[in-house]
Parts: sequence; structure tokens; C-alpha cells
Amino acid sequence: MENHLSLLIVVIPLMAAPLVAVLPNGRFPWLVSTAVTSFVFVLACWQLLNIQAGNVISYELGGWAPPWGIEYRIDAANALVALIVAGIAAITLPYALQSVIKEIPANQHSLFYSAFMLCFTGLLGITQTGDIFNLFVFLEISSLSSYALISMGKQRQALTAAYQYLIMGTIGATFFLIGVGLLYAMTGTLNMADLSQRLPELYEHRTVHTAFAFIMVGFALKLALFPLHLWLPNAYSYAPTVVTIFLAATATKVAVYVMLRVIFSVFDFSFIKGTPTDELFLLLCVMGILMMSFYAIYQTDAKRLLAYSSVAQIGYMMLGLGLASMLGVTATLVHMFNHALMKGALFMALGAIVYQIGSSRIDKFAGLGKQMPWTFAAIVIGGLSLIGVPGTAGFISKWYLVLAAIEQQYWLLVIVILAGSLLAVIYVWKLVEVLYFKSDKESNIKIKEAPLSLLIPTWVLVLANIYFGFSTELTVGTAEQAVKLLMPSVN
Amino acid sequence: MNLASEQLILVAILLPLIAAVFIAFTDKKPNLREGVSLVASLSLLATVLSLLPTVLAGEQPFVILLEIAPGLPIKFVLEPLGMLFACVAALLWPVNTLYSIGYMRGNKENHQTRFYICFAIALSSTMGIAMAGNLLTLFICYEILTLSTYPLVTHKGNAEARQAGRVYLGILLGTSIGFFLLAILWTWHLTGTLDFKAGGILSGKVAGPELSILLLLYMYGIGKAALMPIHRWLPAAMVAPTPVSALLHAVAVVKAGVFSVVKIVVYIFGLDTLQSSAGADWVLLLAGFTILLASIIALRQDNLKRRLAYSTISQLSYVILAVFILAPLSTVAAALHIAAHAFGKITLFFAAGSIYTAAHKTNISQLNGIGYRMPWTMAAFSIGAISMIGLPPTAGFLSKWYMLMGAFQAEQVIAVLVIIASTLLNAAYFIPIIYAAWFKQPEMSSGNEHGESPWPIVMALMITASLTLLLFFFPDVPLQLATSLIGENPQ
Repeated sequence: MENHLSLLIVVIPLMAAPLVAVLPNGRFPWLVSTAVTSFVFVLACWQLLNIQAGNVISYELGGWAPPWGIEYRIDAANALVALIVAGIAAITLPYALQSVIKEIPANQHSLFYSAFMLCFTGLLGITQTGDIFNLFVFLEISSLSSYALISMGKQRQALTAAYQYLIMGTIGATFFLIGVGLLYAMTGTLNMADLSQRLPELYEHRTVHTAFAFIMVGFALKLALFPLHLWLPNAYSYAPTVVTIFLAATATKVAVYVMLRVIFSVFDFSFIKGTPTDELFLLLCVMGILMMSFYAIYQTDAKRLLAYSSVAQIGYMMLGLGLASMLGVTATLVHMFNHALMKGALFMALGAIVYQIGSSRIDKFAGLGKQMPWTFAAIVIGGLSLIGVPGTAGFISKWYLVLAAIEQQYWLLVIVILAGSLLAVIYVWKLVEVLYFKSDKESNIKIKEAPLSLLIPTWVLVLANIYFGFSTELTVGTAEQAVKLLMPSVN
Repeated sequence: MNLASEQLILVAILLPLIAAVFIAFTDKKPNLREGVSLVASLSLLATVLSLLPTVLAGEQPFVILLEIAPGLPIKFVLEPLGMLFACVAALLWPVNTLYSIGYMRGNKENHQTRFYICFAIALSSTMGIAMAGNLLTLFICYEILTLSTYPLVTHKGNAEARQAGRVYLGILLGTSIGFFLLAILWTWHLTGTLDFKAGGILSGKVAGPELSILLLLYMYGIGKAALMPIHRWLPAAMVAPTPVSALLHAVAVVKAGVFSVVKIVVYIFGLDTLQSSAGADWVLLLAGFTILLASIIALRQDNLKRRLAYSTISQLSYVILAVFILAPLSTVAAALHIAAHAFGKITLFFAAGSIYTAAHKTNISQLNGIGYRMPWTMAAFSIGAISMIGLPPTAGFLSKWYMLMGAFQAEQVIAVLVIIASTLLNAAYFIPIIYAAWFKQPEMSSGNEHGESPWPIVMALMITASLTLLLFFFPDVPLQLATSLIGENPQ
């Protein structure tokens, strides 16, 4: 069992997808998906336990030895990201039941859950595989299914949003494929470990640099790095609530993980230092954090506000990468995990409000804090975590990020990170204030608290935000282990 | 014995939190709810007082709750200065609860349950600040205090309260995340520890301009100390109901600010390190400037609570001035002034609230002859005012005496001049009120006859006025606590 563990994590949801598609509409598709995600979550936890103490799991698909066959290669970094994806999915699905009934026509339920399973498969596959072409395949699986999922949003703009994402996402994927092709042409291998052996002697070669550039730009599109983020706000605002929660908490994180993998496992630290990549990342991140936070402040729609905040937060993650130090990459991994928790919690709480009042416009929220106290409290705590108030997971992220910047004496970055937090105070409090104070004009007296099936998953994530604000063994511990494997040369 | 006092520390912090839960459950029964508040505050007082002998005997019991990351525990230590602060806050909470009952009922305020809950949480975090064993714990409790007092400041829920809430949260959260957190991270980067140690952890680790910048980051990061120009949140917070202004914005919150300043100066920098730094002189000048300017602004305020707020700003800077004289005696004065000002200022606020409750008057120009209608209130007010000016037989004399002795000891001419000038200013803005209340003829009676306030209010303000006098005659315990603060720093 243990040997096949890493494969099962991908194969079980893949098998589930067609099964769910042929099930009759009703409760069954949801039930099967829930069972699958919960089981995969258990497997992902088990996998993480197995790689503790610096183990690396190597699994050969079909018994074909790498570099000829496809290899799944799991170390601390993969296991952590797989845990994020599986964990968020396992919490999102109980939430999905009522939300999907409300937002998606009944005759599309089985298709919806089928697409969800495919997206889940794709994201997990990206994290598990050690083969760069196989990674592309899973990238396409997750992307295509997420276009379909986004287009299922209730408003007609969902179609445009999905189309926009389709175009941008396809360009990104194509760039990635071009990069992979060039690498294959140069080295004759697609296995990442093998690539890292053969590439160093070709570092001077211009084709390798081109390949690197294509891969970087391609994934910068997928992870919505400023200024390539244009698809994200629309996609997050118009997608069905459940899809927004899942994608916001996982998709961009997986893309950041691929960046990490390519930069540190396929290429290495010395190669990056020879290119302007890290400086460029820092520049884009600084601009992204500041501009997107400002954008978030001026949004009138709560989902868009959080979406712009997500783009800014991606800036934080890539900032750690751009610092290219052990502490910096640790901060990136920790923030990936913590941001999944906070954005998951916030989008869920917001979804509960949308479920009750049918709108995500902020001016419709006036005074709801009184009617929906638990949802309101969830938004406050999630928001505080986003700001980085001590006692929440967000504080731990900020702690390591600022420390990483101080370590290299980048005082400007320190200021930007903290200024970003202050801007977050403004846009979070914009939401909180509207919810907390009564409106003079209209009253929402008839609105009731959201149903428990929405509240419980939300609060699981909210409590996780607090728990991981005090206990960092899992997050920082695993991240530090991962960094040791990713950057052996820096030790 | 040791085990017991460790448990008592946790009891002191948890007791108000448990009370908050009980208050929430007794929402519908006001008598029971306020009974719970009163019992909780009295038991907290008993808990804190039972810890006093241990501290006076020179022991420093500590508890480590959990470790966030290696070297970063949540830790509570009971040391003399913290004990003094905890005693002051715990002593005044029951009195303030008594006063609140009279005030909130007398003025028929809404949301009283929320009021008592937030109050209890604020007290718990105040205990946490007083007993914090390292900077991280202090910072966490500091932020919880800010957040838990936000609903109290915006209690009225109207546009004015909302605006005040923005200023309050914006300045306190902004400075703490922007500067305080940065200073803490910098300290951690330099020293690898955040513990409070006698003699300072920064000695020998940082010097010259960097030391000055770090010092200023701390001084302006601790917005609660209201050093100009970041004092504006304090007058803004005066829109809150008077019990909030009394216990929180004259005692708990602002004292948490200057308490943190004293702790950081004594235990993080160390007096010796600062004596060789130019930064310490700047802070001394800034504090002197704040004392004088705030007093001059206070002179021009006609609203009684605003005048008291500016007086608080000036009195807070006394503590900062005293500690930055950097002489042993002035450090004692700083600690004593935390207690002395607390008793005096809470009396003044109680009196202001009493006048508002009985006569619905908020401006000083309306107070002519009010002393004969409200003799108890105005007698207490006079005692509080005399203590603010620093005349015997009140507590204010005691701390000013030590402050002057310290200033002479360190030959700080500027400090001496500032203290003398501000004493005159204090007299200039308090004596006219006393004079008007007792010796001016009331204007033509407008017909609304009023007498004294409800008895809980009168009783509360008599208790605090007596405490102000008692502290002058029996200063042994606070003096002993204050001197053991410098006993650990033989110079």
C-alpha cells in the first residue's frame, strides 16, 4: 500500500471523474466526490508523514525505470502542496452541497462534480509528478476543467471570464510547453531529476535560457503574477462560489510550487543568480503588492476585493522566491499554506453571505453582522489573518517574510511588506465596518444566519487559521525540510 | 508555592475570558450579567493580590504556554513592574464595573452585553501585557487589546463613532504593524531572543544611528503611549461611553503603552546602552515637547472629556520623559507615575461621566456653581485635579518628586524645566474648572433641576479619589515594586 500511496492520490480522483459524470443528478455525485476527497486527504496526510525526516519517495509508473518511464518523486515540498490541495478540497465539498444546489441548475450537478474531480486530479498530479511533460498534461487537465467550472457561474459574465481565462491560460500553457520542448531538444530527457543532472553543463547555452524564460512567463500567467493577473479578478468574481473557494485556495499555490520546482530542482540556484530573474520577480512583486492592494481598496464587490487581494498575496509568495534565500523560500512555502487557509475561510464566509442575500456587492452588506454573527466573526478572523495580526496564521507568514528581507538588508522590501499589511487593514476593515454598523437607508432584518453545512467548513478553516498561528511545526517545519532539499548548495 | 503562583498567573489571564463567556450567556438577565462582571472583577483582584507577596519576596514565577517556533515561546513572567501595572488595573476594574452599572443604566445605553464582554476581553489582554515574558507575547496581547476596544470606542454606532473608530484602529494598528513589529523583528534578527532580561538584550549588539532608528521605531510603534504626533487616536476615542474612557483610555490601554515603553527601555535596551545613544536624547525632547504642547492644547478645549484626553497625552509623556532621564530614581518615578496617574485620571473621568449622567453637561463653560449640586462628584474631581498638578497630599506629588530628584541626579536641565513649566500649565487648565464649580454663580437656572448621580457612580468615584489620597500616605508597596525594578540594574 505504502508503495502505491503516491499514485493512488492521483488515480482515485481520476477514476472518480467519469464515474461521477455518469451518475444520475441528485445527491450521488456529491456523495462520491466527498468520499473521494476525504479519502485522498487521508492519503495526503499519510504521504506527508512518510516523507518526514527528509525521506524522498520515488515511484516508477508501470515499473518503467526513470528517466525512460514517468517517475513520481515526492519530497517535503510536494507533500505539503498536495496536503493543501487535498485538505482544501475535503473541506470545500461538505460546503458545496447546499451552495451548488443554489447556484447550479440541477441537471448539471453530475457534470459539475465530474469537472471538479478532474480539476482536483490535475492539481494533485502537478504536485506529485517528477516528469516535466507529465506535469504539462496535468496542467492542461486542471486548466481545461477549471475553464468549464468557471463558466458555470450564474451570471452571464461568467462565460466571458472563463473565455478570458481560457485564452490567457492557453498562452501560458503553450509557453510552458515550448520551454519544455526546448529543454528536451537540448538534453533528451523529461525527468526533472535527470534534467538537473544534464543541464548545468549547458547553462551557457542560449537555448536553455530561452527555455527557462518561456517556462517562467508561462507559469507567471498561470499564477497571476502582476502584471499577468488580468484573468484572475473576473474568474474569481463570476465563478460559482465553490469554484472560487477551491481555485483561490489551491490553483495559484500549485502554480507557485511549479515555479519553485523548476527554479530549484530543474535548474539550480547558481543559474538563477546568473539571470535577472530574481531581481525581476522582486520588482514585479513590489509593484503587484502595492498596486493590487490599492485596487482592492476601491472595489465595490466583495469577491473582486478578495480577488485583488489574492493577486497582492501572490506577490508576497513570489517575493520569498525572489529573495532566493533559505529563509525566503521557507516564507514562500509557509505563506502558500497559510494563504490557502485564510482565503479559503474568507471566500467561504463571503459565500455564506452571498448564499443568504444573493449578492456580493458590499453596499448590500450593511448591518449583516448582527443577523449573521458567526459568518461575521469568520470574516473578522480571516481578515485579521490576511492583515497578519499576531495569533493568526498570517502573522507567521509575515514574520518569516520580513525576517528574510531583513536578513539580506532589503529595507525597501521590508517597508513594502508592511505597507501591504497596512493596505490590507484598509480593505479588510472596509468589509468589516459595513457588516458591523447598521445602515441608515435599508435594513436586512429578514436575513438569517447561514445554514450549518456552510458554517462548519468555514469555521474549520477559521480555527485552522488560529491554530497555525500558534503551532508552526507542520507549516514551518515541513517548509524548512523542503528548503533543505530544494537548495542543498546554500547550506 | 511556586507551582501555585504559576497557576495563578494563568488564572489572572483566563478569568476575564471565562467571565466574558458567562456574560454572553446571561445576555437577557441584566442583573445576573452585571453580577457576573462584578464577581469576575473582584476575583481577578483577589488573584492578583495573592500573587503580590511572591513578587515582593523577589521571586519571578513564570509559565511557558507553548512554543510558536524554536526560541519563540508564549511566555508569562511576573516581575515587579508588571505586578504594579496588574495591581492597578485589577484594583480599578471592580470600581469601574460598579461605575459602569450606574452609568450604562443611568444613560440607557444599548448593547450593554457587548460592552461588558469587550471590557472583560480587554482586561484579560491587559493582564497578558502586564505579565508578558517576552516581546512576542507582549505584542500579541497588545494587538488583542486594540481590537477588543474597537467595539467599545464605536459603541454608539453613529457616523461620528465610526469615524473615531477608523482613526483609533488606523493609528494603533498601523503603528504597531508598521513600526512595532518591524522593531521586534529587527531585534530578533540582531539578538536571536525576545526575552526581557535585566540589563537589556541589545547591549553590545547595535550602536550609533541604527540604535537610534530602532529606538524611534519602538517609540512610534507603541502608539498607545501617544507620543506626538501619533496621539490623535486618544481624543478620538473619547466618543466612547465614559467608563471606557475612564478605565481603558486613562488606565489600561494608555498605561499598556507606557508600560511597554518602560519595559523595552529597561529590559530590551538597558539603561546603560541608551546612555551612550543620541536617540535617547531625541526621545527625551519629543516627550518634553509632547508634555508642553498637549497641555497647551488642553487649555483650549472646552469639552471636558477632550481636555482630560489631552491632559492624559501630556501625563503619558511624563512617564516616557522620566524613563528617558535614564537615572535610577527617575525610573522609579516612571513606574510610580503609572499608578499615580491611573488613580487620579480615572477619578477625573468618573466625575466627568457623573456630570454627564446627572446634568447632561459636557462642556467646561457650563459647570459654573455645579459644586453645590454635586458636592461629592466635584470634591473627587478636585482631588484628582490636584493629583494631576502634583501637589500634596495626593499620589501625583509622589511621582513628580521622584521625577525631579532623578532629573537633578542626571543633571537633565531640560527635563527639570519641562516638569516645572508643565506643572504650571496643569494648574492653568485644572484650577479654572475647580474655581468655576465652587465659586462662580450658576447661570440662570434653566429649569432642569438635578442632584447627584446614581449611588454606584458616586461610590465609585469616592473610592478612586480615596485611593489617590491613600497612595500618598501609604506608598510602601508600589514604591517597593518600583525600586526592585532598578534593583536588578545596579549602576
